[in-house]
Amino acid sequence: MKIYVPADSAALALGADDVAAAIMEQARARGLSVELVRNGTRGMIWLEPLVEVVMDGVRHGFGPATPDDAGAILDGTCAKALGPVDKLDWMQRQTRLTFARCGIIDPLSLSDYQAHGGLAGLKRAIAMGSADIVDEVTKSGLRGRGGAGFPTGIKWNTVLQAKAAQKYIVCNADEGDSGTFADRMIMEGDPFTLIEGMVIAGLGVDATRGYVYLRSEYPDAISVMTRAVEIARAAGVLGPDVLGSGRAFDLEIRKGAGAYVCGEETSLLNSLEGKRGVVRAKPPLPALEGFLGQPTVVNNVISLATVPVIFEKGAQFYADFGLGRSRGTVTLQIAGNVARGGLFETAFGMSLGDVVNDIAGGTASGRPVKAVQVGGPLGAYMPVSKFDTALGYEEFDAAGGLIGHAGLVVFDDSADMLRMARFAMEFCAVESCGKCTPCRIGAVRGVETIDRIAAGDGAAIPLLTDLCETMKDGSLCALGGFTPFPVMSALTHFPDDFARVKEAAE
Amino acid sequence: MTVSAPAPDLDDMRAIIAQHTHLEGPLLPILHAFQDAFGHVPESATPLIAEALNISRAELHGVISFYHDFRENPAGRHVLKICRAEACQAVGGDALAHATLRKLGIDWHGTTANGAVTVEPVYCLGLCACGPAAMMDDKVIGRVDGAKLDQLLTEVGA
Repeated sequence: MKIYVPADSAALALGADDVAAAIMEQARARGLSVELVRNGTRGMIWLEPLVEVVMDGVRHGFGPATPDDAGAILDGTCAKALGPVDKLDWMQRQTRLTFARCGIIDPLSLSDYQAHGGLAGLKRAIAMGSADIVDEVTKSGLRGRGGAGFPTGIKWNTVLQAKAAQKYIVCNADEGDSGTFADRMIMEGDPFTLIEGMVIAGLGVDATRGYVYLRSEYPDAISVMTRAVEIARAAGVLGPDVLGSGRAFDLEIRKGAGAYVCGEETSLLNSLEGKRGVVRAKPPLPALEGFLGQPTVVNNVISLATVPVIFEKGAQFYADFGLGRSRGTVTLQIAGNVARGGLFETAFGMSLGDVVNDIAGGTASGRPVKAVQVGGPLGAYMPVSKFDTALGYEEFDAAGGLIGHAGLVVFDDSADMLRMARFAMEFCAVESCGKCTPCRIGAVRGVETIDRIAAGDGAAIPLLTDLCETMKDGSLCALGGFTPFPVMSALTHFPDDFARVKEAAE
Repeated sequence: MTVSAPAPDLDDMRAIIAQHTHLEGPLLPILHAFQDAFGHVPESATPLIAEALNISRAELHGVISFYHDFRENPAGRHVLKICRAEACQAVGGDALAHATLRKLGIDWHGTTANGAVTVEPVYCLGLCACGPAAMMDDKVIGRVDGAKLDQLLTEVGA
């Protein structure tokens, strides 16, 4: 009897270890022999811990499971039976390319990985020249999934063209945006796909060394990735002779230290070098002078983890999905106050409203949706009136927002948007690297100004608007430059929350 | 009564540094190794690290103080991190955090009088679809409510 119980941290946070232990105990009591696999998550977080039992070759789901359900699951009498997991509406409606294996395979089994298409992309890339590899990525239309949406192929080509004795591939796994967990999920559920993507990137730009800068807030992801690197090295996927190709590539996992700003690529590079994580002015581009001054590809986890499927199935296959200049799939992370939260991978183009109301089922509280913050703490609060906005980089830009890392945080009508705007400024003040004045001082003044508005001083509203303009235009990176997005969108779309009555004092 | 730990041994500290000096960009791995070994970066370690990496003590202080993770003084026996970020706020994380701090009689970054637990804010644990989220040491907890937190705090003796 084969049973799957996820070891993804969201599942663990909801008690998956206790469920797994109870299943083994109940199996012993029944004299059943159980093969237990600790998989990643399928992404249906509201069903976690989601236990899957293989029956006649089909995986049947039970969830959200508690230890008390273990006996009934084994006996086939559990009321939480969901039927075949692949047939669930949430799974059926997705286009899983990047996350094709996540939740399905044993994350640390390289043979399971290969049985599900793993390493096919790398083998194809090995047979190609560097320029052809970069060209394939360019043709796929893949854009940086970390938030900026920069075309990955163009970045790689810059590094390929640069002449240097040592080049680097740096994976930005400093997923600090609230509402996002796609990086964590793939690192915990399918770590070899990230490793494979980084090896292909290395072959493409002639880099032999890589680093995964992984945030310290993700201890489970760090442990899975660390073991995956060891396994990949032992199997010759990493090392001096990648799969017998004669080409070298190896990588190391580096742990961040709790600074949000290190998700910004130049700040990340400083941190990796052992410096304060302050932002560097660009130019020079990291592609030309990155880690230790050498040409460096800095890509987000999802960008790199998508590379293997592009090589396995071909650039055109990937490019055939999507909308306008947003090609391929977007890995939506639906979070906050939602009935059904989790990861939903789909071709670009779905409307925001369909995702929130249809896919996510509205709020968990059952109250009306007030706003959805898209793209993390630096993303705009989208009101319900903008729910027809299609998920695409350009489409969101036109609507005054950004897709960012594709996290959606849903708020019900109890949310106080003035408080959320204040929080955005407070967060910027806490996490500012301090290098540029608009961000370092502006964020502090922003908190004070919003406090004045909260106290009923309506004259402070134009001041806040002006401050946001300054931060937007004068900041060195997206932290100071984009904090105005949540602040101004809250102010613009929810003016009532900012119209506080002055308390009758004195 | 709290017993202060003996001062870290110089040779032990040198050994920690030596394990990492071959790395490219060894400083963060060194600082993490000190934290793992001693719960903080001891003041007596700083001249050793600065000398080994050929940086000034001021530069080193700049790095240690930049990152939220690194401590110059030991924390409580356990560290509870409560997520303050938006997704957890959307499901009542703010109220929960404040109630917890009030109950323990401390502010953010504070340690309970008996030294059992230090409470830190954290901005996202990647558990945004099962918030409010928290982490006790390295153990993640989702859909945290008052009762769950009380139980956790009791378990660690707060």
